[in-house]
Order: sequence, then structure tokens, then C-alpha cells
Amino acid sequence: MEPLEHIIAAHPLFAGLRPEYTHLIGGCVHNMRFEPGEFLLQHGAPAAEFYLLRHGRVALALGAPGRGTLTVQTLGPGELLGVSWLVTPYRWMYDAQALEPVGAIAIDAACLRAKSEADHDLGFELAQRFMAVLVRRLHAARLQLLDVYGTHR
Amino acid sequence: MDVPLPDPLRPRIARVRSTHREGPEVCTLELETDQDPPAGFAPGQFNMLTAFGVGEVPISFSGDPAEPRRVRHTVRAVGAVSSALVRLHAGAPLGVRGPFGTGWPLPEAAGRDVVLIAGGLGIAPLRPALYQLLGARSRYGRLTLLYGARGPRDILFRRELDAWRTRTDLTVEMTVDHAARPWHGHVGVVTTLIERARFDAQRTLALVCGPEIMMRFAAEALGAGGIAPEAIFLSLERNMHCGIGTCGHCQLGGLLVCRDGPVVRYARVRDALRVREL
Amino acid sequence: MSSQMNSAHVIDVTGFNHLLGWLGERGYRIVGPTVRDGAIAYDDLAGAGDLPRGWTDEQAPGHYRLRRRNDTALFGYAVGAHSYKRFFHPPWEALWHARREPETLQAQDEPSSTQRLALIGVRACEIRAIAIQDRVLLERDPQYRARRAEVFIVAVNCTTPSGTCFCASMQAGPQVSTGFDVVLTELCSADPPVFVVRVATAAGREALTAITHRAATETEMAVAESALRYAAEHMGRQMPGADLAPLLRRNLEHPRWNAVAERCLACGNCTAVCPTCFCTTVEDTSDLSGRALSRSRRWDSCFTAEFSYVHGGSVRPSTRARYRQWMTHKLATWPEQFGTSGCVGCGRCITWCPVGIDITEELAALGADSAA
Repeated sequence: MEPLEHIIAAHPLFAGLRPEYTHLIGGCVHNMRFEPGEFLLQHGAPAAEFYLLRHGRVALALGAPGRGTLTVQTLGPGELLGVSWLVTPYRWMYDAQALEPVGAIAIDAACLRAKSEADHDLGFELAQRFMAVLVRRLHAARLQLLDVYGTHR
Repeated sequence: MDVPLPDPLRPRIARVRSTHREGPEVCTLELETDQDPPAGFAPGQFNMLTAFGVGEVPISFSGDPAEPRRVRHTVRAVGAVSSALVRLHAGAPLGVRGPFGTGWPLPEAAGRDVVLIAGGLGIAPLRPALYQLLGARSRYGRLTLLYGARGPRDILFRRELDAWRTRTDLTVEMTVDHAARPWHGHVGVVTTLIERARFDAQRTLALVCGPEIMMRFAAEALGAGGIAPEAIFLSLERNMHCGIGTCGHCQLGGLLVCRDGPVVRYARVRDALRVREL
Repeated sequence: MSSQMNSAHVIDVTGFNHLLGWLGERGYRIVGPTVRDGAIAYDDLAGAGDLPRGWTDEQAPGHYRLRRRNDTALFGYAVGAHSYKRFFHPPWEALWHARREPETLQAQDEPSSTQRLALIGVRACEIRAIAIQDRVLLERDPQYRARRAEVFIVAVNCTTPSGTCFCASMQAGPQVSTGFDVVLTELCSADPPVFVVRVATAAGREALTAITHRAATETEMAVAESALRYAAEHMGRQMPGADLAPLLRRNLEHPRWNAVAERCLACGNCTAVCPTCFCTTVEDTSDLSGRALSRSRRWDSCFTAEFSYVHGGSVRPSTRARYRQWMTHKLATWPEQFGTSGCVGCGRCITWCPVGIDITEELAALGADSAA
């Protein structure tokens, strides 16, 4: 197994994945490093590559005139960064900026989509895993929306 | 007739020794009472505090149980009484009844890993538990504090948290729901910290305190992590009025929260918490 | 217990008056049923003449009328809106007051009354209700405990259940079996009536010894028994016999709660007339200078929005949730909390409900649907 495949297999998102799938995914990835302040994703840019974070934290944020930069979520080691590559028009909705030195596996989105299209079993396996992340984030986003610590007077 | 019991409905008169502003609308009052010996309390218990001429509210102890003469309560100004309490200055009298209710299950925590999950003001009733856990540190396994607040300026006990974060025998993770720069900490609800935390589900006891919705989400996230409902404890908020189970205001199903709570095992209240307006 | 305690005696109205006199001489405040504002109410009695002699009541959901009887029975009616609760757990009471001076603040308890209390004409449902309130309050509430300390109970076996009564199905009546000093069964076959008397305590025996009485005849005892049997068989309502707690717990989201909420006015009448409802709230007041401070306690009702208030709002904003709380507390969670049902089957909540909501009917509806 290639070193990157080991890393993929060890990442929580792909834990327990069949080795041949890990191998297939391995053909779409490369290693990346980012310095603090560097952008990993930019709002509006094509969602060409997404990331499996290995170390360091990243802030998903938007600039809001008059309010500065509003961070909606921070992500860290073991987490998936970037989901807009899953659906058209394949463009990022948020900026993602490194808060610390970040190490990540970058995955070529078009490559992974093509492999999923060619092998629907792989596609289904991946869809389930991405869906779990999306549902958890939806729950979290709604909880955030409820503003449970507010005074509600 | 039997020897008359002390009247649980009559407040003792205490005075504010000092006040400490913790955040917007939140203040910690340190009290001095002439009670000798001081009543003492178990982490998780509460007092009924009277702002004279205004009314009475239940407020958890937020100080160190090992310092029974330093009674501390952290109050957020949300209603008429709590606003009056927050406005008190050193030397002002207030009424105290208690301690009431159940405490965190610290005896049960001996030999186990403990994760404390606080949301918002929920850090205050957990602080005495943390003091006690740290005070007998060797008695417990891994200790973790996960704390979610609304925004960076709403984080309570900031200096103490910073000190705790430097300890090697305690993991502290904080997150805020909303943030603008220059916050460099986590952004996201407290359940995201639970998902990231690594704990040995069989060994872990979870103590959760915060708004009820947050506690329900937290309990679900802990459950997803393999922690049994019997090993999760919540501190419930209801309309505690008398503190002795006779006024009926704080009921949740069969529970009289002032008497059977506020700290309860999640397994006991899970179904009740799922019924709306119970 | 001596044989005299178990045996039955008979007294007449004069003897009954002597019983009140005997109690009065011993410093008892004597309280019992009397007619006030067109209803039976509990108040101080100077003698048997203050009792609702020759009156009876007509009760139905949302309906209460006094009617004349064609005899001079002293206890020929069921219960009215009052219960004896008010004498031990009053609708309003001062708890303490305090005076704030520049340098000091001193709180003082309100003086509590320690007068001995004699309750006259106490029905089986009332006795059960007192026992239930004892379970809730006796050990925890010093004020309640003080008022319960010296009480003499002259019970009455109920032979005239109303259209809303269901004590028989709650196993609370109509026969008084415990919790009294003296129990009477009024025999209306004679006019003026006579009373079959049994005593249960030393104080009861002492009272009986002091007044004119004779042994009851076999016939009199048989008449008394048959009157009680008749009463048990003529309850206007019946609580379904199923195990109520699990039934309610299973049906917390039953559509029937919506239906009852459409009728319920959330007025709290049921809680005010219920002989076991114990909920209270406290109120703090101060004078304009802020120096004279006081706290009082009054009955509260789970039908108000404030009742379940936590910061920000009410836990039970809807009438549906409040009615469900009241009924499930009474029948399902009360046993969990206090080891006894909270309902005695007195029917007051049915009679005094302005829209005639019937707890037995509501429960039957939950049971019928869930069994199907």
C-alpha cells in the first residue's frame, strides 16, 4: 500500500473501507500543507479539491460588511473539509482559512466523482459516509440556530 | 411533640462579601453568613436566594465545596429577582435557604474517567464538581471539560479556564456558537466537541449541565459515542420554589426536581424530556 | 382496643349537641358544614343548629344546587366546594416579615395558631384527603405540622352521595374506616334523626362517655349498614378500574388532551376545590420605603402560565399540557411521589368545573381508545 493510502485508511471518514476502495481513492489524492492565514477554500471558487484534515484547525467563515469575518464552524484533525463538490454547481459557499499550520490530504473531486460513477458500489459506500457527516452538520447547524444560550426575553 | 425542626421556609440572612463580574449580565456573588458551622454543600446542589422585597430564585452553588465559608453563586440577570441579585453590592443583605437537591455523583465517579459538559451558564453548577475532582485528582481517571458558550465574550471563569488549560491532568476544550475574529478557538456547538473527544465509553461518567435542548443533544452525542444512559447525569432546570418538594412547581413527570434533582440520571428522565410541555 | 371502642352506640340530636359542647369546653375550635351563599361551606359551628339541617344538594358536571329535604337530617348532603384542606393548609398565610434598617435586617416568623381544632361531619373522602395531604406535607412543612397537631375528628359515614361522587371506585368511601376519633352514621328513618356512633380513640371514648348515649339495637346497626351499602351503589360517577398510572403514561400524546383543552378554560377551579391539591406559591412584598418586607404563601394552580415558569417562559404554555399535568399528577405521578393516589373521588372538580369537564369521563376516553 502507498503511504497516502495508509493515511486515507486511517482517517475516520474512511475507517473500515475495503482496501480496493482505499486504493481507488488513493489515485485521486495528494498531500498538502497550509500556513496560518492561508485559504484552503474560497467562497465562489470551483470546488475542485476537498480535504481530509490531518492536523491543525481551519475556520469556515464569511466576510460580513460591518461585522468583520463571521466564523460559522471550525474543523480540525480527522474531519472533512468541503462538501460543495458533491453537488452542482461545484462551487464553495464559504471561505476556509487555516488557523494553525495545517496538514491535509487533498482529494480531486472530479476524479472521485468519476470513480464513483464507474463503480456505484464505491459511490454508495462513499455517499453513506459523506451523508453521515452532512446529517451531523445539519443537526449542529440547527442547534446553533436555536441559540440555546440566549436569554430569549 | 417532637423537637421542632428548623423551618426550611425561612431564609437565613447573609451578606454579600464581594461581587465579581463574569460576563454580560453574569455576576458571581460571594456571601458571608453567620452560620457556624457553615452548612456546606454537595457540588450540584442549589440555594434559594432572596432579594429582599423582590423575591426568591434557585441558584446553584458555583464555589469550592472544600471552602464552605466562601459560599459563591453565579447569577445571570434574566428576571426581576436575578437582576436584583446581580445589582447587589458588597455588604448588602440577602436571604439564603438551602442547600437543596441532589448533587453530582462524585462517589460513583471514583476510579472512572469523567467528562464534564457545560453549556452557557451550565459551567457554574459544574465548577464545584471540577474543584472536587481536581482536589482528589488521583482518585479519578481521565478528566475532560467540554464547554460551549454563545460567543467569546460569554465565556465564564475565563482566567480559571486558562489556568486549567495548562494542566496536564485535565483536558479542556471550549467552543462558541458564534464568533467574529479575533477569536481563534473552536466555533460550533458543544456536541461537536463530544464527537471529537476520545473517551473510553465503558469507563466514562458524563456530567452535563446547560439549557435543556443542549443537554438532550449532548446526551444523544454521548450515546452515539457508546456511553450508556445510566452513566450520563444532567442538571435539570425547572421552577424550583420551595426546595422541599411541597409547592409542586418543579415537576417533570414523576420528579419533583427540587427534591429528586436537579442532578438526575439521564436514563431516568430521557423519556420525559422527549415529551413536549411535560 | 376495648370492646367499647368496637361496639356501636346511639345518640340523638341533643347528644350530638352535647358532643359539640364537650369539645367547646376543651378549647376546641369547632368547624363543620353550614349553609353559606347557597352552598355547603365549612365554618365555625356554635351548635347543631348551625349545620345544614334539612338541606341536601343536587350535583352534576358544572352544576350545584341546594334543595330542601323532607326531613331534618343534619348530614343529608354530600361535599360542597370547601374541603378541610383550608384549615391545615390555608389559602393564604404570612410566612415571615422583616424590617430593614440602615445597618441591620431582622426577620421574624409569623405567629402560628396553635388552637385545637375539632372537625365535625368529616366524610370518608375528606379523611382520605387529609391523609394524602399528611403524606405530602406533614414531615416537610412546619406550618402544616403545627396545625395538624391537635385535631379531633367527628366523622360521618356518607349515606347521600351526589351525582358527581365516585369515592367507592377510588376505595376511599363511603364508609369511614380510619383517621377519626368518633364516627357517626345518621339514621334518617327517625325524624329528628339519631346517630349510630363508634369511637376509635381514647379521646373519642372520653367524649362518648361524657354524653348521653345508649347501645345500638341490631335493627339500628342493620339500617346503618344498608344505608352505606345503598350509598356505595349510588355513586353518580365511577373511575375506570384499570391501573391508571400506566394508562396515563402510555397516552401522554393522546388526541383526547386536545379535545379537553378546547373545553378547558384553565380557570383553576378544579385545583381550588380539590381537597388534595397542595401547590403553593410565595409572594414577597415591601412597603414603598423598602424597609418593611414580608413573604406570604398562597395556593397556586398548575393551570396558570406562571406556575411552570423558567427563565424566559412557561414550561407548559398550552392548556392541553396544563390539563394533562393536573390529571396525570393526580392519578399517575402522585403515587410515584408520595405513595398514594392524589384523587379521593369526591367529585368536586367535576361539579365546580364551569364547563363540566369530568375526570372520570376523560380517563375512560383515554382508556377506551388505547385498549382498541
